[in-house]
Formats: sequence, C-alpha cells, structure tokens
Amino acid sequence: MSSYSVTEPSARQKWFAGSLVVLYAIITLLPLIWIIGTGFKSPSDAIAYPPKTFFQPTLEGYVNLFTTRTRVTEEQLKQMGEPTTWYDRLVRKDGLIIAGPSRFSERFYNSVIIGFGSTVLCIVLGTAAAYAFSRFKVPLKDDLLFFILSTRMMPPIAVAIPIFLMFRSLGLNDTHAGMILLYTAVNLSLSVWLLKGFIDEIPIEYEEAALIDGYTRFQAFYKVVLPQAATGIASTAIFCLIFAWNEYAFAVLLTSGNAQTAPPFIPTIIGVGGQDWPAVAAGATLFLVPVMVFTILLRKHLLRGITFGAVRK
Amino acid sequence: MLHSSIDRAAQATPPPVAQRIKGLSDRAIAWIFVAPSIVLLLAINIFPLIWTIRLSFTNFRVNRPNEPVQFVGLRNYLNILTDEDIWLTMQATAHFLIWTIVLQVLIGFSLAYLINKKFRGNDLWTTIIVLPMMLSPAVVGNFWTFLYQPQIGLFNYAVGFLTGADPSSFSMIGDTALAPWSIIIVDTWMWTPFVMLICLAGLRSIPSSIYEAAECDRASSWRQFWTITVPMVLPFLMLAILFRGIENFKMFDLVVQLTGGGPGSITELTSINLKREAFEKWRTGYASAYAVILFVTVFGLASIYVKALNKVKQR
Amino acid sequence: MKSILLSSTLIVGAYVTIAGAAGTQASAAELTLCWAAWDPANALVELSKDFEAKSGNTMKFEFVPWPNFADRMLNELNSGGKLCDLMIGDSQWIGGAAENGQYIKLNDFFDKEGIKMSDFIPATVVGYAEWPKNTPNYWALPAFGDVVGWTYRKDWFSRPELQAEFKQKYGRDLGVPKTFAELKDIAEFFQGRKIDGKTVYGAAIYTERGSEGITMGAMDVLYSFGFEYGNPKKAYELDGFVNSADAIKGLEFYKALYDCCTPPGHSDAYMSEDIDAYKSGQVALQMNFAFTWPGIHVDANVGGDKSGYFANPAGPTGIQFAQLGGQGISVVAASDKQQEALDYIKWFAQPEIQKKWWSLGGYSALRSVVEDPGFATSQPYAQTFLDSMAIVKDFWAEPSYASLLQASQKRFHDYVVAKQGTAKDALDGLAEDWKDIFEDEGKY
Repeated sequence: MSSYSVTEPSARQKWFAGSLVVLYAIITLLPLIWIIGTGFKSPSDAIAYPPKTFFQPTLEGYVNLFTTRTRVTEEQLKQMGEPTTWYDRLVRKDGLIIAGPSRFSERFYNSVIIGFGSTVLCIVLGTAAAYAFSRFKVPLKDDLLFFILSTRMMPPIAVAIPIFLMFRSLGLNDTHAGMILLYTAVNLSLSVWLLKGFIDEIPIEYEEAALIDGYTRFQAFYKVVLPQAATGIASTAIFCLIFAWNEYAFAVLLTSGNAQTAPPFIPTIIGVGGQDWPAVAAGATLFLVPVMVFTILLRKHLLRGITFGAVRK
Repeated sequence: MLHSSIDRAAQATPPPVAQRIKGLSDRAIAWIFVAPSIVLLLAINIFPLIWTIRLSFTNFRVNRPNEPVQFVGLRNYLNILTDEDIWLTMQATAHFLIWTIVLQVLIGFSLAYLINKKFRGNDLWTTIIVLPMMLSPAVVGNFWTFLYQPQIGLFNYAVGFLTGADPSSFSMIGDTALAPWSIIIVDTWMWTPFVMLICLAGLRSIPSSIYEAAECDRASSWRQFWTITVPMVLPFLMLAILFRGIENFKMFDLVVQLTGGGPGSITELTSINLKREAFEKWRTGYASAYAVILFVTVFGLASIYVKALNKVKQR
Repeated sequence: MKSILLSSTLIVGAYVTIAGAAGTQASAAELTLCWAAWDPANALVELSKDFEAKSGNTMKFEFVPWPNFADRMLNELNSGGKLCDLMIGDSQWIGGAAENGQYIKLNDFFDKEGIKMSDFIPATVVGYAEWPKNTPNYWALPAFGDVVGWTYRKDWFSRPELQAEFKQKYGRDLGVPKTFAELKDIAEFFQGRKIDGKTVYGAAIYTERGSEGITMGAMDVLYSFGFEYGNPKKAYELDGFVNSADAIKGLEFYKALYDCCTPPGHSDAYMSEDIDAYKSGQVALQMNFAFTWPGIHVDANVGGDKSGYFANPAGPTGIQFAQLGGQGISVVAASDKQQEALDYIKWFAQPEIQKKWWSLGGYSALRSVVEDPGFATSQPYAQTFLDSMAIVKDFWAEPSYASLLQASQKRFHDYVVAKQGTAKDALDGLAEDWKDIFEDEGKY
C-alpha cells in the first residue's frame, strides 16, 4: 500500500482544486456584484460605454426606487424654493420633483405578507401531515405521498388556467388570501416530504416513553416531537419562504394592483423615459439580500431542502 | 432513497402502547392530521386539473362570457398536435433542456469533484457558489438583459475583453443563432450549483475503504474513477437530472424576462407559448388541451425515468 | 433566527401601518384610474388634483409599464376585477370591452351632460370611442391623442460639414425626409459615423416582440406603401390586401431599415428603448409616439433646439399614413363607483381642463384646444402633432384583437429580426392567420 492515504489528496492537488473552484466562484459572483454595484450608479454611469467598474457612488437608484418623480419647468422649480431633504436635492438636479412614493414598498410588503403567511400555513399543515405519515399506518400511504409530490411537477402556467377561473368566481383574484392558499398548496409537497424526513429521524422511543407516562397522542406530539423537530421545521420554513418569495408565474397572472408581489414588479420599474437600471438594480438588491442571508444560515440543510429530502447529507 | 423510511415508520406504535393511551384513536388522529393537507391539495390541484380536462373539450374563452360554450370533442387536441409552431416550441424546449442538463452535469460534477479534494475553505466557497440558485429567476432574468446589452453590458464587454471581438458586434438576445445560448448560459449560471451539491453528496457517500481496497489491487486512479467514483455517484446524478429536467420543462419566469421568446419565436419554450394562448389570446379551451398534453408528457417522461433510476440504484 | 424573522415582520408591519394611516383620511369615494406608466400619466396625476379639490373624491392611480400594460389590464377586465374604476385603455381594446360588457356605454351620459363627440378630433372619436366603428355608439371619451412620428437631431443635421458631405453623396440637402426612401438614405448616412468622438447610428425603430412593438412600427411603413387591412368594399376579405405586392415591399423596406441602420442590440426595442437610444445620443432619427416629444423637448442632452420633429414620411406612391396611438377614458362595468367615475369624465371633458391638460404635456383631443390659433406655435412639436393626427390609421379593434396582434407580432418578428423566410411568406402567413381567427369568430 502506498505511503499516503488515498482519501486524503496531496497538498498540490488541494491547491489546484482550490484555485479552480475559487476562480469559478469569482466568475459566478460577478453578475451578482454587478447588480449590487449598478444600484449605486447614476443612470448615466449605468449605461456608460465601456462599462464602468469604478464610479462615484450615489443613492439615486434607491431614491428612484422608492419615489415617483415628475418633470417640472424651470420657473416652477424656482418658485418651489430650496429643496429641504437630500433626496429632493438629488432629483431636482435632473429637473424633476418627487411626486410621491412609488409602489415598491407596497410590493415588498405583499411579498412579506404572502411569503410569511403561506409559510406559516404550510408548516402547520405540513408538520401535522408529516407526523401522521411518519408515525401511523395511513391507508394508501405511498400513493398519497407520491400524489403530494406529483403536484409539484405541473407547469405553473398550465395549473394557472383553472385557478384563474376558480379564483375569479370565489373573488380570490388579486387577494392576499388567495395567494397565500395557492403558495401553501404549491409548497405543501416540499414541506410534507422534508418534515417527514426530519420526524423519521426522531427516535420513536421518546414518544413511547411519554405515552407510557400518561400523555395523550396530542400531548406527545406537542411536547416531545415538536421541540425535537424544531431545527427541521425552521429550515423547511425557510425553503417554503424562499419559494414563495421568488415565485413569478402565478404572481404575474393572478395579482395586479392589490396583492402583487415584488418579482413581477421589479422588472417593470421605469424611470422618466426608459428602464431605470440603477433603480431596478436597487430593487433587485433589496429583494435578494434576505435570500442571501438565509442561504448562508441554511447551508447545512441546503441539499435536503432542494431535493425534497431525497438526499439527506 | 425516497421510500427508505416508510417501512420503518410503518412499524411504529406497537399495539400495547396504543391501547393504553387516552384520547382519540391513532387512526382518528392520523386522519385529522392528514386531512387538511389533502383537502387543500384536492381543492387547488386536483379539482382544477379535472376542470382543465373538462374545458379542454370545449371552445370556451374566458374573455367571451356572452358566447355559448360548445363541446368540440377532440378538436383542440388534434389542432395542437398538428400545429407546426407547437412542435417548434417543443424543439426549442428540448434544445434548452438537453444543453442545460449536459452543461450543468459536466460543470457541476467537476466542481463537486474538485471541492471533494477538501482544500482549506471549501465550505465557504461552496456557499458562495450556491448563491445564484437561491435568487428569483424573474428578477435575475430581467437583470441579465442588461448584462447582455451590446456595448454597455458586462457580458459582451467581458467576451470582447477576452477574445478581442468588438462588444457591439454581437447581440446575445437579438441574434437568432445566439439567443438559444443566451438562455442556456443564464440557466447554467443559476443551476449548476444544484447539480454540484447533489454530486458532492454522492461523492461524500463513497466509503474510503473502497478506494483503499482498489489501491491494494493496484488499480490506476483513472480506473478507480471509472469503476468506483462514477458508478457510485450515478444514482445521485440521475436524481439531479430528474429535478433539473422537471424544472426546465416548466421553465417560464427566467426566459420570459430574458428573451420573451424572441427573436421571432426562437426561444419560445412551451410554457411561454402556453401563456400566450391562455392569457393573451384567451383561448381557454384550446389552452386547457395544451396544458393536459403537457401534464401527460411530463408525467410520462418522469415515470419512465424514475423506473430507470430505480434500476440503477438496485445494481 | 426566529427572532430575526419576527422582528423584520414587525418592522415592515409597523411601516405599513403608518403609511396606511396617512393614506386613507378622506371620507368621500376613492377612485382608481388605470393607465400605462409613462410621462402623460404623471401629468394626469398633477391635473387630477383639481378634480380632487372640487369633488372631494380622492384619486388613486395604477400605472403599468407599456410592455405589461395590455397583459395586466386585459387580465383585470377579463377576471372581472374591481381594481380600476376608470380605465384609459388602449384604442384596440374597445371592441372586446364593448362586446363583452366590460366598459359601460356612455351615450346617455354624454347626452345628459351635453358632451358632444363632434367637439373632438374625428380620428380620435372613431379610434378611441366608437364600437362598432363609424357608428354613434360610444364607450369612451377621447382622452389622449397619440400617433407615431419621428424625432431627429436638428443639431447634427445643421452641421455644415455633414450637410456638404450629404449633398455630395445624395445630390440633395440634408433635411427632413419626405419619403421613406429619403429617410433610409439619412439613416444610412449617419450609421456608424463618428460624431464628437462617439459612434452613432441611423435610426431607432420599433422591434419589440412581447407586446405590440414591431407591429406598431412596421405598420407605419406598410400603410404608406399601400397595405390595407382588407377589401374596403367587402369586410374581412384579406387576401390581396394584407399581402399585396405593395405591402410586401413595405415589409421588405422595414427589414432593410432594421438591417442597415439600427444601433447594436436593437432587436427588442419599443418606446422606452427608443427613447434611451435617442436621449443618450446614439441615433440621428427616432420613431416614437408623440407622447415622447414633450420629454425630449426639455431633455438636458437632446432637448431644445437640438431636436426637431416630423410626421411619418410618404411611401413610394405618395400615400402617407401614420399609426394611431392614444386612448380614450372609459368607466369599468365591474366598478361599484360608476357615478363618481362618470363625474371624473365630466370634469375631464371641460374645455378649460383640456387646455390645462395640453399645457402639462397631455395631448388633448378636444378641437377647441387644438384648433386654437395659438396651438400650432405653442410648442415646437405641436404642428407635427396636428399633421400626424390628420393621417392616422389604426390596427384592428376587433374583440379578437389580441390574437390578431399576436399573429402579426410573430410574423413580423420572425421575418424582420429572426431573418426567417421572405416578406411574402410573412404576409401570406399573416393573411392566413387572420383568416383563421375570423373564421373562428364566424366573421369570415
């Protein structure tokens, strides 16, 4: 047998592998960094040729993201007197005044409400179902589990036609409740599969001991299983949230003025004239940050989450 | 892998304990726990599916409430299956599907292989690489139109910088030959980490004792790679392909924001085409038939594939 | 982690509560007006403050950017949504909205309030208000006149060295083109030229695929080359009109213009992309709707004397048409606040409000405003607007307009941008597609 362990690569191999991976990581990060950077460019820097790597940072993009602006004549501008705030000053430079807030904060708020609402509902329903599938003899269990999984295979646009009709007759179109129910249904498969895996891993002896001590099933579930499954529930919740957060197809078809979330909204941010890239980038950045944070928090459970629990490691 | 724990769970709750507990019977609790989920799925997935199948035999249009709905038999299905344009969108989808899977498998596996060399900081870099796939595809697709702009876009500029070509001499989204690749590149950028993570799990599941035994038999590292690494990772890889295949068959948000199906109809994937029929032309009956055909296709392909996957696993 | 989630919800929740409390103080009706997100919409917000003050109602606005406008709003109408009380919908929606009862009919209201359609520019009444066309059935009040025209870089056109070079090359002065052939010469002349150290291009035209862009652009050329939507004597007879030899030449011309003279990456451009190209000094000529002109006139880079405006040039035989844009304002049938919505229209139709509308950058369709002797000279683009409005032609306004438009979008983009087939294939195919659609409707 050779002197080195085959499972432990040599230092040179490690160095070589490491530098290739780091190179790939840097390339893959570039578009992301470009999005974040563009958010701090002025509109003219954003469309400069050649593209600017170094630039004078400005918050114009963020101001444009949160406000609507209107053009005024120079006389009107003079009549209005000195701008009172830094953001007023920033837009007046271009002969504009702030007309009011933009819809971005509403859309972001909708994303939060629908995202969190559907996540909570999905976890409540999913934990219950997962517990039952994990611990009891449910008739047709395998079929039901496969049925739950298969609901995720349908193209959203195909499902959207009857849902559009159904929501229209129930008055659920463009409502928070409708979107929460819909996202819950879509996420339920993920939640049941993941949570069943987590609950399967909790030794059944704990509950048996509790039952012998005189707990009811509900008490055993509530006081013994739930605390044990907390980590699993938390990471499942984040996966459900990320899906609902990023979803586009249903949102664009089923929501408009009232319950529209951020993903259909961000691409439609325009300035005076054309697409306002710094504002789009600012919106994208604010929208991406929570997901990036979650990704880092979740890194241990990432694989399990994205494969519906099929791969555990 | 998917069903590994069902058998164990089935043995749960030995009868003596169950008989002694107070309150509802286990069977009742099981139903109370499962029923809400099943009801929700029936209401939002199955009922609409049945409705779609019913609509698919009619000429119903959502935007014509005053017109009588007629039963048209199989006409919608025949029209779709004989429509050349729809076959073109199927081809565009297949091209997209095949190339994204090939690229993602190659790059994803290579990355996993390299990361498995366990160099210092590999955890950190893995997390960084994974970031793109957690983002909203619509937002990302929209921003890539900016990155792809000739002259001012980062992508063209970078390609120009590396190859010496004039950045304004080509347009990824506008050129018929390049547009299919523009969507493949972005999808590969976003989803390679997914394949990588699954491959990494596969690589890490191989016990080192197998390699040690091979080393004793003086098997070359090339031979070890093909006789140990690849077969052991294959079930994982096939699982990754299944997930990517289903996802990209459904692909809508990224591409609709990136190319909108253009130029012409070069990147018009089936989902985008279906959306035009259902929500722009409002041919509801026709689009329902289209949706049913897509269901059948995706279920058919997926179940054939799952059978193959199970065979590979059993070997 | 849980506490992070919780506290962020609380923060956002608190923010929204504050914002919500500030926004809903008025007790009178709150009307929502839906329109596209563009400069005129901002002007309308400004204008509507007068209505809010006089009526005590509050106005809410839902503006959607052009590429998504039709999608979102037709979805809204078809889903019976109550988001919009007032809709400034695109001219081509009128057939569908009328036949499916999505707008309310305004004839009785007009009679009662003494609003006369004869007070409005005839083309806008036909285009924005009537269904069926040329019958006195009104579903909207003409709100915003719009038409495709051209903007050009007057400052570049007046450079002596360029004038001399152009004259030598083409044997005529560098000036506003009278025909499309002349327009293409000018575009070719500027294409790839270095001006002030920057490479510039010929023309920004419409090539957008997703909504209606390339159709609105190509039709401009096709009309003037002799394209007809059908036999003027026999409705829905398309063959030989849609795909006539003249129409084919028109489409070939549009492709040639796209191939020779557009900036790089101009494969999916509509109003905003064209504005971007023009304002950033990339192009000498820009095709765009008239609504863009007030914004260009005050632009820091290309505004004032640097830009001029001209109506769509004539085709080879001297026929001259321009694609109609613009919208009428309608009351949505699903709204619960129809009376207040009608009050808004009544207020909006007053001559003094219409005058103010023009001064804020809104193209009034009221004759007393545009026929005022001072109108033509009130802005440098006012005369061009009047000239253009005199030669308008519009796309189908049939209930099946969306399908008709999808067909032309696909056929035109396939040929012009994706370089597939010939112009004859494209127009033969289009005539076939349209025929199928009308057959489906039982109209053919």
